[in-house]
Order: sequence, then C-alpha cells, then structure tokens
Amino acid sequence: MNTTPILAVSDDGEGSLATHRTGNPRPAGYAPRNTRAADARPGIFSAGIASIGMEIKAYFRMPDTVFFTFLFPVLMLGIFGVAFESVGEIGGGPDGEDGITMAAYYLPGMVAAAILLTGVQNLAVDIAREKGEGWLRRLGGTPISPMSYFIGKAGMILITSIAQIALLFAFARFGLGVELPTEPDLWLRFAWLFLLGIATMTLLGIALSAVPRSARSATAVVLPIVLLLQFISGVYLQFSMLPEWLQNVASIFPLKWLAQGMRSVFLPESFAAAEQSGSWDLGLVALVLAGWLVVGLVISLLTFRWVRRS
Amino acid sequence: MRPAKSADRPLPHGPQTGHDRSMQHTKRSEVVRVRGLEKRYPSTGSRGERVILDGMDLDIEAGETYALLGPNGAGKSTTIEILEGIRRPDAGEVSVLGEAPLSAGRDWRSRVGIVAQSTGDLGPYTPRELITHFGKLYPEPRSVDEVLSLVGLTEHAGKRATKLSGGQQRRLDVALGIVGRPELLFLDEPTTGFDPEARRQFWDMLDGLTGEGTAILLTTHYLDEAAHLADRVGVLSGGQIVAEAPPADLGGAAARVPVVRWTDADGLRREERTATPAAFVAELSRSVSHGAGEPRDASGTVGEPRDLEVSRPSLEEIYLELIEAEAKR
Repeated sequence: MNTTPILAVSDDGEGSLATHRTGNPRPAGYAPRNTRAADARPGIFSAGIASIGMEIKAYFRMPDTVFFTFLFPVLMLGIFGVAFESVGEIGGGPDGEDGITMAAYYLPGMVAAAILLTGVQNLAVDIAREKGEGWLRRLGGTPISPMSYFIGKAGMILITSIAQIALLFAFARFGLGVELPTEPDLWLRFAWLFLLGIATMTLLGIALSAVPRSARSATAVVLPIVLLLQFISGVYLQFSMLPEWLQNVASIFPLKWLAQGMRSVFLPESFAAAEQSGSWDLGLVALVLAGWLVVGLVISLLTFRWVRRS
Repeated sequence: MRPAKSADRPLPHGPQTGHDRSMQHTKRSEVVRVRGLEKRYPSTGSRGERVILDGMDLDIEAGETYALLGPNGAGKSTTIEILEGIRRPDAGEVSVLGEAPLSAGRDWRSRVGIVAQSTGDLGPYTPRELITHFGKLYPEPRSVDEVLSLVGLTEHAGKRATKLSGGQQRRLDVALGIVGRPELLFLDEPTTGFDPEARRQFWDMLDGLTGEGTAILLTTHYLDEAAHLADRVGVLSGGQIVAEAPPADLGGAAARVPVVRWTDADGLRREERTATPAAFVAELSRSVSHGAGEPRDASGTVGEPRDLEVSRPSLEEIYLELIEAEAKR
C-alpha cells in the first residue's frame, strides 16, 4: 500500500494548503487582461503573412509533396517530350508552317495540371492531414483567425505554383527546345488565366479537404479525382480524341477550361480549330472558372472547422 | 518528500493582492464558473444515450491550480473540451474568463492556453520555429528563449519536433500552450508516459508558471501529481464532482485519521486508526514491555513493537475509497 509516513511530513499533509501560502505578491505587471487594448492583438493580415513562411518551409520539407506536386508536371512533360520525339512536328499547315513538337503541344496541359495539382491535390491532402493529425485543433486553440490560416495557405500555393511553372517553362524552353510566346498580349492572357485558375483551384482544394475522414484516407480520396480529371480534360490525352459525351462531362469541370485557355496562350492560333466549338472561347473559360471559384468559396465557408464538433 | 509547494508562489487572493483586486472586482475573481453542466453522447451499439456529465458544478479562481480527478470515461476530457469551446454542452451554465466558450472570440482565445490530451503531429518544424510562430499569434507573447528555458527545451530548440522524445514533445505541447501568457491553462493529462524524473522536472516547470499567476485546470491519473501541484482537487464521478478540497483535506478529517501498524508477538500484522498516534505508540510500547507481565517479543527487545509504522492514508487511498463508495451508490 502506498502510504505517506506521517513523521516525515508537516502538519499540512502532502500538499500545502492554498489558503495558507505566503510569499511574493503577484508580479506587478499582472492585471486581468480583458482590459487590454484590443488592437494589441496581431492583425489577421500580419498573422497570415507570418503563416506563409511556415507553410513554405513545411512544403519543401516534405519530400512527397515536392515530388508529387512540385516536380510531377515537369517529369510528365519530360516523359511525353521524349516518348513522342519521333512523332516530329504536328498540326502544321500543308507546307509545314506552324507545326509544333509534341513537347510544345503538351506544355499548356502541363501548366493547367500544375495549377490543379498545387491548388487542389496539394491543398486538399494538406488540410485534411492537418485536420486528422490535430494541427488544426491546436491552431483552433490559439487566437489565429481562419482567414490568417488561409492567407498562409494561399500565399504558399501562389509562391510554389509560380516557382513550379517557372521551372516548367525553363525546362520546356531549355530542356526540350519549346518556343515560348513572345507577344505581351499572350503573356497578359496567361497572367489572368493563371491567377483565376490558381484562385479557383485553391478554393476547390479547401472545399475538397472536408471530404476525407482521416489523414490516412486523404490521398486515397483526392488522388483519383485529380487523376481522372486530368485524363478527361485534355491534359494527358488530346481532348479532341475523346468521345463527345466524355467531352461534355469534362466540360462541367474547371480543368478542361483552364487547359483550353492555356492552349490559347501556348499553341498557334490555327489549333483553335481543333477545339469543341472551333475557337478558344476565352469568355466561357473565364465564366466557368469564376463559377467554380464561387462554388469553392461557398463550400469552404460552409464546411471549414478547426475541429469536428460533437 | 520535499515540501509540496514552493513558498514563493503567490496567493490567489492573499493580503498582498487582495486589496487592489477588490477595487476592480466586487467579488472574488473566478476564471471558471460552471453550473449544472450536462453532456450526453449517443450510445454506441445500442439505442439511447450515455450520460457523461450530469449537473456538474465547478469553480476555479484566478491563479489557482485545480486538479480534476476521476476514472477513465468519467468525463474529465469532455469537461475540459466544453470549457475550451470545442464541445457543445447539452445544458448548464458555463463561463470561462467571463465568457461563454462556444461563442467567445479571438481575444478570449488569446487569454487561454490549451494542452490537449492527444496532440498529434507537430509538422516538420523545430521547437524554436513553432514557438516563434505561435508567439506571433498572441498580443503579449513570452519571448521564445524564455519559453524554451521554461519547458527545458533550450538544448533541443533546433531539432525537428518529430525527432524529440515523447516527454520532450509533451513539453513542446506545453510550450505552445503557454507562449501567449494565458490567464488560464488547460492541461489534459500532461505527464502520461513520463518517467519519474521527467515528471519531477515537469512539476518544477509548472511551479514556475503558477508563480506568474496563471490559473491551471489539470487532469491527471497520478494522485501524487495532483497532491504536488494542485491547490484544490475535485473528484469527478457519475457526472458530478463528488468531492472537492485541497489535496490535504480531501475526504474530510475522518478519511485522514492516521494508521498505526505493527507486528505483534504472534507475528500477526496489526493496525489501528487513531487520532493520537504518538500517545497510541507510547501506550503500545508500554504494553509490549509490561503487558501480560513479561516481554513476549520474539526478538527479545523490550518496549519496541516490531515493524512499527505510523502513516496517514495517502491521497490515492482516499481517492480510491471515494470512487469505490460512489460506485456502490
């Protein structure tokens, strides 16, 4: 039996009594803090900026994210470029003008895929894992605003996807000899497609993160969705090769439109004839992407919780 | 056992601070006030509900360390999670730092520190990075080096959190709970899995914290830990606090009557509960030397009962008696 010898203990017993303690007063600085100025609290934005740094550190410290999202489009472009090298140039006119290599043909699809992977795949798995592993619960116990958390995520996504696409361009240009556009107009078009695309994919990634029930199942839930979308949206397979019903199915989702927009930037104008309507349909691209952006935003706002409450 | 509490801890409502505090508050300042708290979970397997909390009352004062005791499943973590605003109570009044936790805003969060029971992964970060980042979320954070030294992780500040031992990871959990200088700190089984030395170090660390006036709500399965750390302990059983007192008073005076144990001349172990153990032992030694005319002690020593032991029931024994009595009700 665990007993305490009485002879060795003061009259107070084992724990001295709260009511009979003497000692130093509370430090002079102490005051109930509900009187503090509310503006002493770090702002939503500055906490968000601080979070971006942490997010980027985590991103590059996890080798699996670096491989599967950051380098994946580069690797795929390299494989397609090498595999179809013997095909030579495609899509040229009768005298061979405007023809492009398969690597050049795959570039816009890979740019769209990079935006999808970084926005949807990386973020959905990342947030679902953070939820499953208790990180979100821990953050929920601090005064951080969910907005700051998402500024951190969005900043990380923006920076890593810019780096990723820059790497993709450099590899296409110097590794595979793909000619990049020179007209400022096309780069302006690329800029709004990229920004609208990454914003939409980021919000859809946040929305999709609510689906996996655990950190373990996150990859299993997210990966097939993302992979399937890439196959039906003209990333790996030429979109015009797909049966019409599958084209129509793919047209519901944003990736098809993002890839189409990217083709308008990187492929010669003559390739527009191969699109569903025979033109790039940039207005429709913007509309569908914006529509999915709103869907992603609404679902994210409705479903995001630091913890599952019961 | 060394003195359980260092004398330099401040009084929650002592003479030094009572005056100026009473200028601000007409009544004693309570950081936690719970009345009639109820929580039920759907039963697994069968229909109906499992009642976890059934009209629980709880008060914790500013600067106080309160240990919530109870068997597994008694509702300790549920209570803490309701007070943290993570769970929704089914009924009852809950006020933490003057606000309802469920609806409290970010200012309230900055005054509360949370160390959850299962904390999970800390990501690919080092303790220094984590403490720095979490500090940026609070209005008046402790400095990173202060926190590192408080939790004893200064030497491991640059290691990845995943490479730390279990005890070190737990201290990192506490570091993230205290970096914002909370007025109230929740510690849900903070030392489970610690070796005795690590537990001692952890206690010393908490002594330092309470020295700064932080109120602590602690749950633990280690009664010596509760005795060492807590100003008051409460035993949660059947959804209510069934006993509540400073550790030295739990169970009332009757439960603390000392026990004298010795081995009699026939080799039988004897015990006697008496409020006057010294007198009893003196009497016992006389009876051994003079009783029945001659010393019958087998060892031949006159006036010395064998294997004499005088003890007070430990907190653990009193706790187990309480839980047993509750279970029979």
